[in-house]
Amino acid sequence: MKLLFEKSVAGRASSILPVCDVPVVDLADNCKRQRPLRLPELSENDISRHYSQLERRAHGVNNGFYPLGSCTMKYNPRVNEAVAALPGFTDIHPLQPAHTVQGALEALSLAEKYLCAITGMDAMTFQPAAGAHGELTGVLLIKKYHEARGDTARVKIIVPDSAHGTNPATAAMAAMSVVNIPSGPDGCVDLDKLRAAVGPDTAGLMLTNPNTLGIFEKDILEITKIVHDAGGLVYYDGANPNAVMGVIRPGDMGFDCVHLNLHKTFSTPHGGGGPGSGAVGCKDFLAPYLPKPHVGVKDDAYCFRGDCPESIGKVKSFYGNFLVVLRALAYITTLGRESVADAAKNAVLNANYMMKRLSECYSVANTGLCMHEFVLTLEKEAKEKHITAMDIAKALLDRGIHPPTMYFPLIVHEALMVEPTETEGKETLDEAADIFIDIYRQAMADPESVHSFPLTTPVGRPDEVAAARNPILRYTFE
Amino acid sequence: MTIQNDLLYSKSHEWIRFTGDNTAQIGLTDFAQDSLGSLVFINLPEEGDALSAGESFGDVESVKAVSDIISPVSGTVAAINTELLDAPEKINEDPYGTWLIEAGDITDKDDLLSAAEYEAFCSEEG
Amino acid sequence: MGHYLPSTDAQRRDMLDMLGLSGLDDLYAAAPAHLILKDGPHIPPGKSELEVRRDMAALAAKNTVFPSVFRGAGAYRHYIPAIVSSVTAKETFLTAYTPYQAEVSQGVLQSIFEYQTMICELTGMDVSNASVYDGASAAAEAVAMCRDKKRTKALVSAAAHPDVIETIRTYCWGAGAEMALIPAENGSTDMKALTDMLDVGVSCVYIQQPNYFGVIEDADAIGEAAHAAGAKYIMGINPIAAALLKTPGECGADVAVGEGQPLGMPLAFGGPYLGFMAATSALMRKLPGRIVGQTADAAGRRAFVLTLQAREQHIRREKASSNICSNQALCAMTAAAYMAAMGPGGLRDVARQCLSKAHYLAGALQKLGFGLVYQKEYFHEFVTICPCDSAALLAYLESRGVLGGLPVGDGILWCATEMNSKADMDVLAGLIDLYLKGGARA
Repeated sequence: MKLLFEKSVAGRASSILPVCDVPVVDLADNCKRQRPLRLPELSENDISRHYSQLERRAHGVNNGFYPLGSCTMKYNPRVNEAVAALPGFTDIHPLQPAHTVQGALEALSLAEKYLCAITGMDAMTFQPAAGAHGELTGVLLIKKYHEARGDTARVKIIVPDSAHGTNPATAAMAAMSVVNIPSGPDGCVDLDKLRAAVGPDTAGLMLTNPNTLGIFEKDILEITKIVHDAGGLVYYDGANPNAVMGVIRPGDMGFDCVHLNLHKTFSTPHGGGGPGSGAVGCKDFLAPYLPKPHVGVKDDAYCFRGDCPESIGKVKSFYGNFLVVLRALAYITTLGRESVADAAKNAVLNANYMMKRLSECYSVANTGLCMHEFVLTLEKEAKEKHITAMDIAKALLDRGIHPPTMYFPLIVHEALMVEPTETEGKETLDEAADIFIDIYRQAMADPESVHSFPLTTPVGRPDEVAAARNPILRYTFE
Repeated sequence: MTIQNDLLYSKSHEWIRFTGDNTAQIGLTDFAQDSLGSLVFINLPEEGDALSAGESFGDVESVKAVSDIISPVSGTVAAINTELLDAPEKINEDPYGTWLIEAGDITDKDDLLSAAEYEAFCSEEG
Repeated sequence: MGHYLPSTDAQRRDMLDMLGLSGLDDLYAAAPAHLILKDGPHIPPGKSELEVRRDMAALAAKNTVFPSVFRGAGAYRHYIPAIVSSVTAKETFLTAYTPYQAEVSQGVLQSIFEYQTMICELTGMDVSNASVYDGASAAAEAVAMCRDKKRTKALVSAAAHPDVIETIRTYCWGAGAEMALIPAENGSTDMKALTDMLDVGVSCVYIQQPNYFGVIEDADAIGEAAHAAGAKYIMGINPIAAALLKTPGECGADVAVGEGQPLGMPLAFGGPYLGFMAATSALMRKLPGRIVGQTADAAGRRAFVLTLQAREQHIRREKASSNICSNQALCAMTAAAYMAAMGPGGLRDVARQCLSKAHYLAGALQKLGFGLVYQKEYFHEFVTICPCDSAALLAYLESRGVLGGLPVGDGILWCATEMNSKADMDVLAGLIDLYLKGGARA
C-alpha cells in the first residue's frame, strides 16, 4: 500500500485553526529554516482511510490469540482507557501548583501503596517509562547504595545466562561489568556457580522469578541469601510477575528492588511498542535514592517532596507515563484483594494446560510444572528435518495466531516461548493447541512446505539481510 | 566447508596469512562465515590501533547476531580493508580471499592451528 | 470482585483434572510454602466497572483544569485535531506489541517508517529512530551515543530545561562519565565560556533551541565551536518551532533530539510524551532503540522490518550502547497523525501563531510593567520581571481560572500558543492590571 507521502496532493489541506487574531510576527531572517518542510498534504478523509488500512495490516490482542512469551499479552480492559481519557487527567499541566492536582497525586500515591503491597516493597517511583528504563533506575539505586557506603569496589553485576538482554545492557549503562553465570541442568540458577561468582566486588544480582524458562527458582531464598551475605543486593527483573502477583512477593523472596512492567502485568496496552511504565519499587533502605521528586503528604495534602538530597536524580522529565499508571491503578482497583491472585493462578493454569496439550508432539525445554509460560524447542526437528522455530511461527501467522517469542531464551536452541495469559478461555487454548499440533504434523509430513509460510499475510517473509545491508530508513522524495 | 592449507588458524575461527616476519593478514574462516550467516555489517579498528593476542579488535553483524573478531596476534593495525565497510557480504562470498586487517609489528602470537588441526577442531565443534 | 477471567469453574476443573492436580494452589509447589500469601495482598477488595469509573472520576474531579493556560516550560498546550485521537484509539494499534512479526505488523511498521521520515524532514537530519521515552531521556541517550574511548565529557548548556539537565546528569553519573554545565549569559548559552571549556576530552555539546527561557540560541556559532574542537553537536529542539526555525541539519548538528509532546499529545500531567531522535548518516549505527527499514518480500512486494538490530540489547547484550527496547510507539504514531493532519502549511501556521501570540502577550505584559528580562529573539516563551510578589499574583490568577507563567528565578516564564486567543490574553492583562491597582486584593 502507498505511504502517506505517496498519497499527498500538493495544495490539499484541512481547516483546523482560526485565522491568527493578533498581528503576525516573523522571525529574523538568520533564524529561519531554509529547506522546505515536506510533510504530506492530505484531507481528513485521506488520513482516516490511511490509518484504517494500516490497522488492517496489523495484529493486536483484539484480533486474536497472542501468546508472546515474556510479554504478557493479556486483555487490555477498556474501562482503563475511558478513565485515562478523563479531561481531569489529560488536561492538567505537570507544573501546576500541587493543590490543583490533588487527584493526580492521590492516584500516584494509591498506585504506589497498592503495588508496594503486591511486591512487598516499601516505596515506589513511576518515573521510568518502560521496563528497561526501570532496570536502569534499579541498578542505579544499587550503585548509589554502595557509593553512599563508600563501598566503591562493588562494580560487578551477576546475571544468569538465561537473562533478558536488557539485564547486561543495563549493567553496562551503569558502568558495571557483567558476570554471566550458566544455569543448572534444570534451567535454574546453579547455586555453586553463584557462590563462586560472588565476592567483595559484587554489586548485585539481576534475576527474574519465574525465570525465562517459565520455572520458579526453587532455591530463591538461598539465592538471595548468598548475594546478601556477600554484600550485594538483589534486583527483581519484572518481566514475569504475572505468575506470582498476589501469590508470593518479591520482597518476601529477598529482593531489594523490583521493576514492574505495568504494560505487561497490570494490563495496560502495549501500543505497538509503547508507551509502557517501568515502575520501580524498593525496600526502605533504598528509598532515599529513588528518582526525584517523590509524592508525599504534607499538612494533610499530597505534594511532591523536593527534599531528596540522596536521590540518584531524574531519569526522565516530570513524573513518568502518568496516564499509563492510571490505567494500572484502574486495573488493580477492579481486581482488588481477591482477584489479583486469581489472575496469576489462572495464568499459570492456562500455561500448564497449554504445555500439556502441546507436549503431545512438541518437545518442552523443561520437565515439571511451569509458571505463566513455557518454552518449546525445535532443536531435534531443525537438525533432522530442517523445520525451525521460525517455520512454526510463520505458519501460525496464516492461522490467525500471533507466534510465541522466538529464539529466546538463548540457552534453548530453536526456542518458542509461549505465554497464554489468564484472559484466554479454555476453548481458545484448545483451538490454538489444535492449530499448533496440526502445523507440527503437516511440517513433519512435508518439511519443505513450511519454509514458504506465511501465504495469506499482506507480505511474505521480508528480506531482512537486504534491509540491514542497505538501510532505507525514510521515504525519499522524487 | 573449505579450509586452505597455506594458512594458520585460531580456535575462534580467524585465519592468518603471514606476509613477512612480523606482518600478517587476518580474516574469517569459511566455518565462521557459514555459521554466522549473511553478514550485514563489520566494525573494524582504526589504523595504528594496538592489537592484543586473544582480544577482540572488531565485530561482525548478521541480522540476528553479533560476533567478536579475536586477534590471533599482538601488534598494531597496519591497514584495514575499507572495502568491507560497504560490502561485508564479500566475507560470505570469498572468506579466504577477503582479509579484514593487516597486522604489523607483530610481537606475539597465540598458539595457532595448522589446516589439519583446524579441520579436526571444526569437526569436533560441528 | 472485578476480573477478566473467561474460564468457568467447570472449565478450570477440567484443566486441573487433565494436569492431575487437585487445586490451583498445587501449581505453586516449587515456591516456599511459608511465603505464599493466604489472603492475597493487602489492598482493598475489588470493584465493579461502574464503581471503578466513579472512583477514578472522583480523583479526576480533584484536579483543576484551567481554561486559560500561559505556562509551558517543557509541556505545551496545543490544539489536537479530532482525527488524531481517532487514529490512535484504534484497537489494533492500541493492543499490538512491538512489531517483531513483520508479516502481520506492516501497519505498525509502515506508520513508524512514515514517522521516521517526518522527523527527518522536521529536523533536517538523515536518519531517525522509532522514538525514545521523552525529550530528556532522548538528550541523555544522545550524549551517550557521542561518547567514545577518548572523548567522554559532555558540555550541557545551563539554558536547557532543568529536567533535561538533571536526566543527562543521572545518565552520565551512571556511566561514570563527566558532565559540565556551560553557563548561561543573559539568557543564552555563554559562547565565551563554551570556547574556554572545549578541549580534547569533550565528546559533545548539548544546547536547547529555543532554550528554557524561550530565547533563540545562535545555534550555528555553537555548532561551529563544538566541531572546531572535535566534539559532536547535539541540539534539543521544540518540534513546533522547527517548522519555522533553522533546522538542526542546517545548523550542522550531529544529533537532533526533542520533546515530541507538542505534536498531538495532551499535557497529561507529564506523560506519556515522546522522545524523538535523529542523526546524520555517519552516526546511524550509534542510534539507540528501534529503527524501521524498507525492504521487499520474496515476491518483490515492499515490506517494512525492524532493522539494524545488531545494535540492540537483545543481540549485543552488555556491549549495546543502550538498553532501550519498549519506546513510545503509540505516541510516535500520534505525532505522525498530527503532522499529517496539520500538513506543512498547518504546522507552519501553528508555529507562526505561537510566535505572534507570544509577542502580543509580551507587549501587553510590558505595558503593565513586566519588562522582558532578556532582550533577545524568542519564540513562544519569554521571561519577564514581576513588579509585585509573583506567588501572590499567580495565586490570584489561579482563582480566576488562569494558569499564569512559571516562576523562574526572580521573574516569570510565560508561554503563549495558538490556544491563547487575543480575548484570553486581554482578559489576563485586565486581571493583572486590576491586581496591580489593588482592586483585586480583597
